[in-house]
Amino acid sequence: MTATPATPAIEGWFTTGAAAALVGARCTTCTTVFFPRSSSGAGPDGHGFCRNPACAGEEFEDVELSRRGRVWSYTDAQYQPPPPYLAPGSPGDAYEPFALAAVELPEGLVVLGQVAQGYGVRDLHVGAEVELVVETLYADETGDRTIWRWKPVVELGEEADQ
Amino acid sequence: MSTDVAVLGVGMHPWGKWGRPFTTYGVHAARAALADADVAWTDVDLVVGGETVRNGYGGYVAGATFAQALGWNGARVATSYAACATGAQAIDTARARILAGLCEVALVVGADTTPKGFLAPNAGERWDDPDWLRFRLLGMTNPAYFAMYARRRMDLHGATSEDFAAVKVKNARHGLANPNARYRKEVSAEDVLTSAVVSDPLHLLDICATSDGAAAVVLTSVDYARRHGIAAPVRVRAVSTVTPTFPNTVLDMPNLSTDSSAVAGVPERTFKQSIAHAAYEEAGIGPEDVSLAEVYDLSTALELDWMEDIGLCKPGEAEAMLRAGDTTIGGRVPVNPSGGLACFGEAVPAQAIAQVCEVTWQLRGQATGRQVEGARVGITANQGLFGHGSSVLLST
Repeated sequence: MTATPATPAIEGWFTTGAAAALVGARCTTCTTVFFPRSSSGAGPDGHGFCRNPACAGEEFEDVELSRRGRVWSYTDAQYQPPPPYLAPGSPGDAYEPFALAAVELPEGLVVLGQVAQGYGVRDLHVGAEVELVVETLYADETGDRTIWRWKPVVELGEEADQ
Repeated sequence: MSTDVAVLGVGMHPWGKWGRPFTTYGVHAARAALADADVAWTDVDLVVGGETVRNGYGGYVAGATFAQALGWNGARVATSYAACATGAQAIDTARARILAGLCEVALVVGADTTPKGFLAPNAGERWDDPDWLRFRLLGMTNPAYFAMYARRRMDLHGATSEDFAAVKVKNARHGLANPNARYRKEVSAEDVLTSAVVSDPLHLLDICATSDGAAAVVLTSVDYARRHGIAAPVRVRAVSTVTPTFPNTVLDMPNLSTDSSAVAGVPERTFKQSIAHAAYEEAGIGPEDVSLAEVYDLSTALELDWMEDIGLCKPGEAEAMLRAGDTTIGGRVPVNPSGGLACFGEAVPAQAIAQVCEVTWQLRGQATGRQVEGARVGITANQGLFGHGSSVLLST
């Protein structure tokens, strides 16, 4: 394996490092926060159109979203999704099901994400606390490509079972 | 001023996997609707096609494609696309022109052929397309969204896998005698519960298939219907094609997130609640008047959501209503008497039109083998990608 540094699978949507966080776009006029930035709303270059119908704002600033939230709902993918999904690992590897969670953040929005490696639907329930982590999604010719994932926050005492 | 238009004729091509061009299905349905209406194609002065996205250029201009296949007759033409709400928007276009006095006899057609397996986004690298990004970044398929709604019902309202299976059992029974349904056989709860889990908690038999199929309606002014000898036609009383109201706070396909409610507050109704509400308001008819409903059961659990969203019961009460048999034919307000998507599978631009066909047969008392006795008012509901919703309210 080469020591190529991992890079995000999409640019500008989340930070990496010890306290990784999603990067939202906050309208400088009405302060509504949007995630992700998109060409139809808060744009990647700090400009765009605020999607709040009561606001005509066109300027946005980056804001790191809360790293913890509560599960709105969850599921898993027991069959391999079709392209453009890229399975991790090498071609020919057996498909590994993974879990997904929709998480309600204190900023008042719900954000989807895969669930951190090693966790599944049995580790989740609506209202459970989860924390953002960054893990490898797949690898391409540039090396590992990373994505944000939701990791269950294990309460003190629960780990004793393991 | 009356905002009613008459449904003079309805027709379908049976759902299935037939492997023929979508035009074949559409023309079959159109001819069936014209024959049902006893109207000659040459008397149609507007044709509206529901766009068929995945099937080539002819599908992108479906109105003209059907018109050419039927034989150019000089009618006005329109084509509509709104994902799963396509058919209702096509009906809305026809209704608006009739009510404006710009046409008298409109033919609305939707037809589709669908590939096997998961519906997937268009090819290519499209980093600004949420429909593409949800697959690339998350592996988030359509059933995964349905499963999120289902799991939330379980954790919040105590729904069980057995409840979801009961929806499939009911709809399979409803569809037994429907000649246009693709699946016409009894399904047991055990069949559902022992089928493979696709996305927890949904099994293969909880999720609707994709199908080929077509549906068509002939809409006319009420005055034309009267002159045509139909004194009391089934009437479209309202068509709702509303968008969500900001902030859209319920996770919605194909988006990766919801809007934030922190600044704007939570709207009075969720998007799905607002869809039927707009139809009720427009018609001056309430959910208590409804005799039957055709709703978009992309999954079994989603039918329970719709029962609440169209006002048949309060949030969290759908399971109790289902368990009491209220939504079975013979019950208080049958849901999906056609058999629903559980029996049809989905043929995207045809589905919302097919719902109107079924309600029309029910209101005429012609739904042989699945008739809701004394049906007077029927409502349809569905939701499409990117904030398209639709509901059509019909009455005798």
